Amino acid sequence: MNIVVCVKQVPDTWAEKRLTPEDKTVDRDGVDSVMNELDEYAVEEALRIQEATGGPESTTVTVLTMGPEKATETIRKALSMGADQAVHLTDPALKGSDAVQTSYAMAKALGTIEWDLVICGSEATDARTSLLPAMLAEQLGVAQATFARKVEVDGQTVRIERLTDSGYDKVEATLPAIVSVVEKINEPRYPSFKGIMAAKKKPLTTLSLGDAGIEADKVGLANAWSTVNEAEAAPPRQAGEIVKDEGDGGTKLADYLASKKFI
Amino acid sequence: MAEILVLVEHLDGNVKKVTTELLTKARQLGEPSAVFVGSGFDTAKARLAEFGAAKVYVAADEELTNYAVTPKVAVLAKLVQEKSPAAVLIASGPDGKEVAARLGVRTNSGVISDAVDLKDGLVAEQSIFGGATIVQSSVASGTPIITMRPNSTPPEAAAGDASEEPVAVELSDTDKLAKIVDRVVEQKSGRPELTEASIVVSGGRGMGGADNFAIIEKLADALGAAVGASRAATDAGWYPHQNQVGQTGKTVSPQLYIAAGISGAIQHRAGMQTSKTIVAINKDSEAPIFELVDFGVVGDLFDVVPQLTEEVVKRKG
Ligand SMILES: Cc1cc2nc3c(=O)[nH]c(=O)nc-3n(C[C@H](O)[C@H](O)[C@H](O)COP(=O)(O)OP(=O)(O)OC[C@H]3O[C@@H](n4cnc5c(N)ncnc54)[C@H](O)[C@@H]3O)c2cc1C
Ligand SMILES: Nc1ncnc2c1ncn2[C@@H]1O[C@H](COP(=O)(O)O)[C@@H](O)[C@H]1O
Repeated sequence: MNIVVCVKQVPDTWAEKRLTPEDKTVDRDGVDSVMNELDEYAVEEALRIQEATGGPESTTVTVLTMGPEKATETIRKALSMGADQAVHLTDPALKGSDAVQTSYAMAKALGTIEWDLVICGSEATDARTSLLPAMLAEQLGVAQATFARKVEVDGQTVRIERLTDSGYDKVEATLPAIVSVVEKINEPRYPSFKGIMAAKKKPLTTLSLGDAGIEADKVGLANAWSTVNEAEAAPPRQAGEIVKDEGDGGTKLADYLASKKFI
Repeated sequence: MAEILVLVEHLDGNVKKVTTELLTKARQLGEPSAVFVGSGFDTAKARLAEFGAAKVYVAADEELTNYAVTPKVAVLAKLVQEKSPAAVLIASGPDGKEVAARLGVRTNSGVISDAVDLKDGLVAEQSIFGGATIVQSSVASGTPIITMRPNSTPPEAAAGDASEEPVAVELSDTDKLAKIVDRVVEQKSGRPELTEASIVVSGGRGMGGADNFAIIEKLADALGAAVGASRAATDAGWYPHQNQVGQTGKTVSPQLYIAAGISGAIQHRAGMQTSKTIVAINKDSEAPIFELVDFGVVGDLFDVVPQLTEEVVKRKG
């Protein structure tokens, strides 16, 4: 079986994020970057499925990233966790692509790889859209099994538990399929020293637009279907009042809530 | 006036509050038509009429409930093609976002997710980076497909006809690739739903155990609030995962959010930062949650919360 894990490089979780004043895309230069946290769970799940389906002899795990050159750091991390090889779709023309365009480009990149199962995180922390996995399924015309807290692959069948508002749905699909995972699914491993060393020698293929057969007028900021017209910092929250409980903390809090008409 | 489609969120015909918000918003921008997929339209009709739906497109075929996401996409795609609406409004949430995602690709349309407001010219306001930045976005191609966060528009009643127009769709083979084989409902508490509640009371690791959540529930019941939890509390099994607030849990923006024994990790903030008023109780005065609060009490929640509950009960009479 061939598994592809989609990992995205995003600004560090705790970093102050901002949009660039020029073109209102996420500013990726001024901040430290990391692998999108949820994608670590996706990588871990791919590795566990690989282990459960006969190991590297019978199952290959390929990492796929679309992003600037510096996103190779994130690819290296996924490889050092244990993925076998990587594909990096990178081209200046992709900058500023919106969600639909990203899904088109990623679908094209997947066209250069053999795969049965694609595993994504359920959300990227930079834009927080949760759109890509479903869009990929639509672009590729394959099954979508998303928001999974549990994934099981059994021959050509994938079974997941999809989180819902009131519990979960058991969803069953036939491969090929796109899966996205939530953080309940596993505990991602840390790369070992051996893993880090091995990662340096693992194959990494770089794709440009042309390599993937992506039409230039279908991607990039200038062609985006949804655009940010204006961005401004939200008015800062006024510093709140903080009191120390001296036996009357609950009462003081009740006074406050009453002053705001909540009680 | 331009027709605006609103996808109805419902459970067997019980219409969720967010749908009444979207109908209200759609009315400000054009003429709202509701789109109802599944069974229970008879139950839903009165409420959709109450909030001004002129028309309701009803796709009631039993088969449409057997699959996740795709049936709603198929119904909406057909309507987009036949009716050329000015926009499609969908409630934000895992299902809604995915319906929007696939619909965008299927109809060659731009998608905006998680709008907190929608203005003339279909300009969507989004609150990003945990509320730090506000952006105005619009769709440049196709039919704008916009998901809106619950609690972003106060619902206002206005009579509409809600006249029924049946829609028949054939699901394609691709739409049937992922089948729902079982639906498991894990809990029903009788409290308001988390994303819809105007007050949310949440407990975290500081609760120390499942049984102690009773004091959070007591406060919630005194205030008519929903109960939330941090991931630390849901992972420990103290409270169900559906109640998790945060990046990978629910995004809430109630009028009042009360956090007890929650440190305020970035992933938690991502789900509650846009609450109108924020209050916290934490014994550590350095806890990051205090950076966000309008009012904070540094103290032991086991003293402060019961005292607060008692005061609320007393004052509410
Ligand atoms: C991919 C990913 C996704 C995540 N998604 C979410 C999410 O959706 N939601 C979420 O909440 N977290 C999420 N997290 C986890 C998040 O990083 C934090 O670990 C979590 O929010 C911490 O929960 P907590 O505040 O309850 O616990 P802690 O950080 O341990 O804080 C407990 C607090 O309780 C206080 N306390 C203890 N005892 C008392 C007492 N008796 N009285 C008063 N105060 C007391 C302590 O001072 C402390 O500040 C996610 C993490 C990752 C990696
Ligand atoms: N540029 C990208 N490169 C690789 N994977 C991505 C990219 N963007 C999104 N993804 C994947 O899609 C998931 C959801 O992202 P999003 O829809 O942007 O919230 C992420 O967790 C990744 O697995």
